[in-house]
Amino acid sequence: MPLLDRNGAKDNAWVISEDGTADAEQIIVAYAHVKEALAGNGRGRRIGVAISNTVKLAELLPHLAEIELVSITFPAYGDGRGFSIAKQLRNAGFKGTLRASGPLIADQFAYALACGFDEIELPDAHAERQPVEQWLKAVNAITQTYQHGFGVQNILDARRAARANGK
Amino acid sequence: MYRYDEFDARFVRERVAQFRDQVARRLDGSLTEDEFKPLRLKNGVYLQLHAYMLRVAIPYGTLSARQLRQLALIGEKYDRGYGHFTTRTNMQFNWPRLRDVPEILDLLADVEMHCIQTSGNCIRNVTADHFAGVAADEVEDPRPTAELIRQWSSLHPEFDYLPRKFKIAVTGSAHDRAVIKAHDIGLRILRNAKGEIGYEVMVGGGLGRTPMIAKTIRAFLPKHELLAYLEAVLRVYNLEGRRDNKYKARVKILVHEIGAEKFTELVEAEYAGLDGPSIDADPQEVARIAAYFAAPAYEKLAPRSSAYETAKAENRAFATWASVNLFPHKVPGYAAATISLKNIGEAPGDVTSAQMRVLADLAEKYSFDELRITHAQNVVLPHVKQDDLFAVWQALVAADLASANAGLITDIIACPGLDYCSLATARSIPIAQALAQRFANQQRQIDIGELNIKISGCINACGHHHVGHIGILGLEKSGKESYQITLGGDATLNAAIGENLGPGLAAQDVPDAIERIVDVYLKHRKADEPFIDAVRRLGLEPFKIALQETLHAPA
Repeated sequence: MPLLDRNGAKDNAWVISEDGTADAEQIIVAYAHVKEALAGNGRGRRIGVAISNTVKLAELLPHLAEIELVSITFPAYGDGRGFSIAKQLRNAGFKGTLRASGPLIADQFAYALACGFDEIELPDAHAERQPVEQWLKAVNAITQTYQHGFGVQNILDARRAARANGK
Repeated sequence: MYRYDEFDARFVRERVAQFRDQVARRLDGSLTEDEFKPLRLKNGVYLQLHAYMLRVAIPYGTLSARQLRQLALIGEKYDRGYGHFTTRTNMQFNWPRLRDVPEILDLLADVEMHCIQTSGNCIRNVTADHFAGVAADEVEDPRPTAELIRQWSSLHPEFDYLPRKFKIAVTGSAHDRAVIKAHDIGLRILRNAKGEIGYEVMVGGGLGRTPMIAKTIRAFLPKHELLAYLEAVLRVYNLEGRRDNKYKARVKILVHEIGAEKFTELVEAEYAGLDGPSIDADPQEVARIAAYFAAPAYEKLAPRSSAYETAKAENRAFATWASVNLFPHKVPGYAAATISLKNIGEAPGDVTSAQMRVLADLAEKYSFDELRITHAQNVVLPHVKQDDLFAVWQALVAADLASANAGLITDIIACPGLDYCSLATARSIPIAQALAQRFANQQRQIDIGELNIKISGCINACGHHHVGHIGILGLEKSGKESYQITLGGDATLNAAIGENLGPGLAAQDVPDAIERIVDVYLKHRKADEPFIDAVRRLGLEPFKIALQETLHAPA
């Protein structure tokens, strides 16, 4: 499935291996298998986990330091739970890669990045209909927003800066 | 009034350009109709029964003359010469063409207006007390808070794809004129024992299929903590709210199902983990917004105007209008005037472009260039000198805007109903018109006193029928319109949901039924006892009997 980030299309170096048995150096395992995959990770493989958007974060928190990627499923573009889970993971100090996986639309790209996602994984047909150029255009549609603490440059800080400059 | 700075202006312009691009991507097939739908809804574009409808946000119901003139122009150019004020204090145009919408959005941006989030599963237009800055019982003007929330909630990255729509209302007075307990979040500004300003936070109110009164989850939230606390509430709702059934997706259902205590626990746990100061607006920003709502330059006047008293003595119609439609102003010598958009026989909330221009002129000349739209679908001139009231009234008479029925039985709230809406199961406007005609007599209306009738054309309850003293709900029963009557609803701080009086009525029987209900009240009331108090004292029984009599009356 095609992958993109704020710079455009990117290669997917991660192999999906639900039970963690695949012979690869970077694997994304199912949530149910993440503990055993981490415990059996003697040879220093990089481990990611795929979670549904109903997962209780508290259960994942003890393992965050060892996990390098969390892929959050968006079952439909209208289901915004993944945005809050991403924000909670970042608030909890998760420094690894955050991936949104599902049929998002280009107009949600900026939201996803602001909530802490790094990359979007799209279904094939979906990516075909909405090529990467549309995502890169849509992400810049609104240059500044009103929320503090959502990464992007915000109007509140811009106003403060303008005040400091005596404008 | 709030004015856009360079940042607000650019934000709204970029939003218009974004919508143009979204329309283009829909037309070239990049976006499916399903994908485009929430995008157009979040720009206020609905698909109605006969045509598209555009809903323009009027944040906390405050408008300037220039803005209202622009709405008049849009009504003329893109609609049929009128607009319609809604119970969310927005303006709807019922006949624009989709391809004209980006152009209309540009015209709105020219006067610092937009349609952002007037629909869709996101945080909607924030409403406030329409007598903000006027009422004597106000602790603090709710509009700076409402403006802060408007900005914070606009295109919020995390909360634009919520389980369902989310409505916030703010009041700064002990007496609630903003129906805050029927909102997803109701905020009441108050002082604690130390004299500090803060908010009582109520969550989980709402009307619709399952009416609920909001529960208090924080008795006192310090003022500066507002945005971080809202973020916690919205995050809990976004994660925990039901998404399996759109009729159970509002936060009221979540609060009801897990209980207010558990919901509070979840919010407080989330809030405890947040870095509040990094989310909240800094004090300078709060002060910057508040400065726009500073009191206008009132004149120092005597509390009673002799010109006003003389005019009342000489003109009975003016005296009647003044006794019904004026609200006392906290500044001596001024009054707030409610301009009723409930002329007998017309659709509640409708206003022509010509009338909008008259209202704009009056606001400019007599009310510090300010107008308010009320959730009861009327307009308010908030700061009129008593000396000027007669001149204002004369201009209103000439524009057919002088109905003396604010708060009376013909000041009916009604949703657009089956005449416009694709969700409706019955007509609302013709019922409102028939009732207004039945009770048209001015003296009779005054004699009946304060009585709110609210009409919804389906169970989604846009006409707020649950909180009407008399509520009327239009349903469809085996191919025919059928109207259920509820009694005892209340939209104030004593918020209550009306109770069903009995089986549904045919449209033509509704005026008889309401008249019989009113007759029971007139017969049993004590001295000046208002309708709603009499209903509470008497209970439903005598009114049920009256309804039964209507049902069995000979045709």
